[in-house]
Amino acid sequence: MAPIGSFLALAAILFCIGLYGALTKRNIIIVLLSIELMLNAANLNLIAFSRLGVSANVAGQVFGLFSMTVAAAEVAVGLAILIALYRNRNSTDVRDMNLMKW
Amino acid sequence: MIAYAWLVPAIPLVAYLLLLALGRRVHEGVAAAIGVLATLISLVLSLMIFVDVAQGGGQLPYLWTWLTFGPGPGHTWQAGFEVNSLNALMLVVVSFVSTLVLLFSRGYMHGDPRFGVFYQYLLLFVFSMLGLVISPNFLQLYVFWELVGLCSYLLVGFWYEKPEAAAAAKKSFVVTRLGDVGLLAGIILLYLATGSFDYDDIARAIQTGGLQIHWIGPQGLATLGALLVFLGAAGKSAQFPLHVWLPDAMEGPTPVSALIHAATMVAAGVYLVARSFALFDASPVALDVVAYIGGITAILGAAIGLTQRDIKRVIAYSTISQLGYMMMGLGVAAYSAAVFHLFTHAFFKALLFLAAGSVIHAVDTQDLGRMGGLWRRMPVTASTFLFGALALSGVPPFAGFWSKDEILASTLAAGRPLLFALGMVAAFFTAFYIFRVFFLTFTGRYRGDRVPRESGWVMTLPLVLLALMALGAGWAGAPFTGYALERFLGEPSGASEAGAGPGVMAISTAVSLLGIGLAWLMYGERATSPEAWSRSLWPLYRLSFHKFYFDELYQAVIVRPAFALGKAFDWVDRRIIDGIVRLAAEATLAVASGVRRIQTGQVQTYGLITLLGIVALIAVSWSLLWGVRS
Repeated sequence: MAPIGSFLALAAILFCIGLYGALTKRNIIIVLLSIELMLNAANLNLIAFSRLGVSANVAGQVFGLFSMTVAAAEVAVGLAILIALYRNRNSTDVRDMNLMKW
Repeated sequence: MIAYAWLVPAIPLVAYLLLLALGRRVHEGVAAAIGVLATLISLVLSLMIFVDVAQGGGQLPYLWTWLTFGPGPGHTWQAGFEVNSLNALMLVVVSFVSTLVLLFSRGYMHGDPRFGVFYQYLLLFVFSMLGLVISPNFLQLYVFWELVGLCSYLLVGFWYEKPEAAAAAKKSFVVTRLGDVGLLAGIILLYLATGSFDYDDIARAIQTGGLQIHWIGPQGLATLGALLVFLGAAGKSAQFPLHVWLPDAMEGPTPVSALIHAATMVAAGVYLVARSFALFDASPVALDVVAYIGGITAILGAAIGLTQRDIKRVIAYSTISQLGYMMMGLGVAAYSAAVFHLFTHAFFKALLFLAAGSVIHAVDTQDLGRMGGLWRRMPVTASTFLFGALALSGVPPFAGFWSKDEILASTLAAGRPLLFALGMVAAFFTAFYIFRVFFLTFTGRYRGDRVPRESGWVMTLPLVLLALMALGAGWAGAPFTGYALERFLGEPSGASEAGAGPGVMAISTAVSLLGIGLAWLMYGERATSPEAWSRSLWPLYRLSFHKFYFDELYQAVIVRPAFALGKAFDWVDRRIIDGIVRLAAEATLAVASGVRRIQTGQVQTYGLITLLGIVALIAVSWSLLWGVRS
């Protein structure tokens, strides 16, 4: 049984990759994927704690399942927004989505 | 009855409010009836009060506390009313003249679209004037003082569509305001020194020398206080050098001139000096100033009146001159002579104005050059005007003779031959100018183009009543009634009176007759041409005709510099003060337009900054926690 530190380190690494991607990638779909990556890093934490935490029980895994379901729904909404944005701006580059300024 | 003296001003006030409620479309007859009735009730009450006072009724002021703002006697202000012989007399004069003027106005203002408003203003004025007269202290007097000033402004500018009337109203308000500032300063000074607004308290404090104020001695304080009060009186009573507003005030309707600018409001200044006579008596300097200002005003007004071509302006300058007489009388401590002259002057000057109003109503011009020969066509107006003119000139046995002579005799008795001479010359001028008006208006050939008709009874009845007073009012203070009025008024301490001896009477009668005779030669008989006189004396003529260039002088010395100063301040306000404000706004805008460029609209930038912020927060809180732990 690997110690919990390895799981948490993996989750942190995944989160950082996701964060890096979300903040730097130009393609809006990659940005969305990066956000999903961060979400999954959180899920990994939930499952790790449910197995190896101080009061380990099955609630963490159930919570993880719920979280994945919500993430799936969120991706559906997110992709719909992306399509709407693409139709509107005719581009998938996040630098073109700059209406929120003075 | 005296306890109900407050009703005298209250009734015109109620009538005013009633007319105000009825609005401006009220029927002329209704407005006039309400006005005349209200003033008539006031007149009856005044007469009853007068009789009570004459029979030695109580003279205590009726006071109640108006305002308390601290412990001690100086921190309670009182309001109320008082009746003494002086203001009982004033009540009768004011309500009598008011009643007649309100009746006269029914005819004079007939057909004016703002007839009801005119009566409103008149009633407000009557209320204010009566309130002024029975005020027991300086503070309350000042309130009414400003109210009569306001009414004067409203009524002078009654025909405000005429630019001259609007300008005259403004001028009268501003010039009297100059004096009012002095009065207010004087009241505050006396209050600081004595802790009271009450005339009698102040007089007592002055007589006992209990004046306490650190930067000025008791004598200086009495002088300064008296002079400041006199400044207010001079503004209201059109004394030199603040006399310039009164002739312009003739732009108002003629009944207004008769009521406000001849009989009542302009006499308020004289009344004020008379009421606070004890204050003036404490300061010989102040009395001298009053006397000489009065003397100068008397001769100045009379000299200007000699050449004016507008009938009302001649009478206005005559008013200035006569008010000068009253001030001169007060200045030589002839208290009751001055009040006596105020009393008689109110009647005959109101008469002259109303008669002039009747003439103006008939011929529709104020230019003496377009009148003439009206004796036949307007016999009542003409004969009553003659009564007024004789009274003004001081021909025995008319009213002005007795009062003017008493003042002149008092100047002589006070050892002021210069003032006596001024008064005599002014008396000569007076007789000349008023009979110049009389002959130009009522004798000779009619030079106008409108057919004049005698006015109706509402206008001639007041004339007749006033003419009777112009004849008989002086007998109240004549030697053959034993100076009844003087005895009624009583002498305040320090006043000195001199009955006119036969010498003074003879001289003044001769001087008056001389003036009348000269006017007759010039304008009645045309034995000597006035044009030739004015040509040969042209520098004097021009001086008099242009009113000694006072308006031009004030324009150059005061008005223009004041406007220039105003322009300079305006420039400072616009360029510098507004500039600073605008600079602050522009600077903020400039900074903002630079700083707003941080907002890129890129979500990723915002995300990065948020991340950095979180990291920083975590780092800080962590280090703090570690700091606490270790």
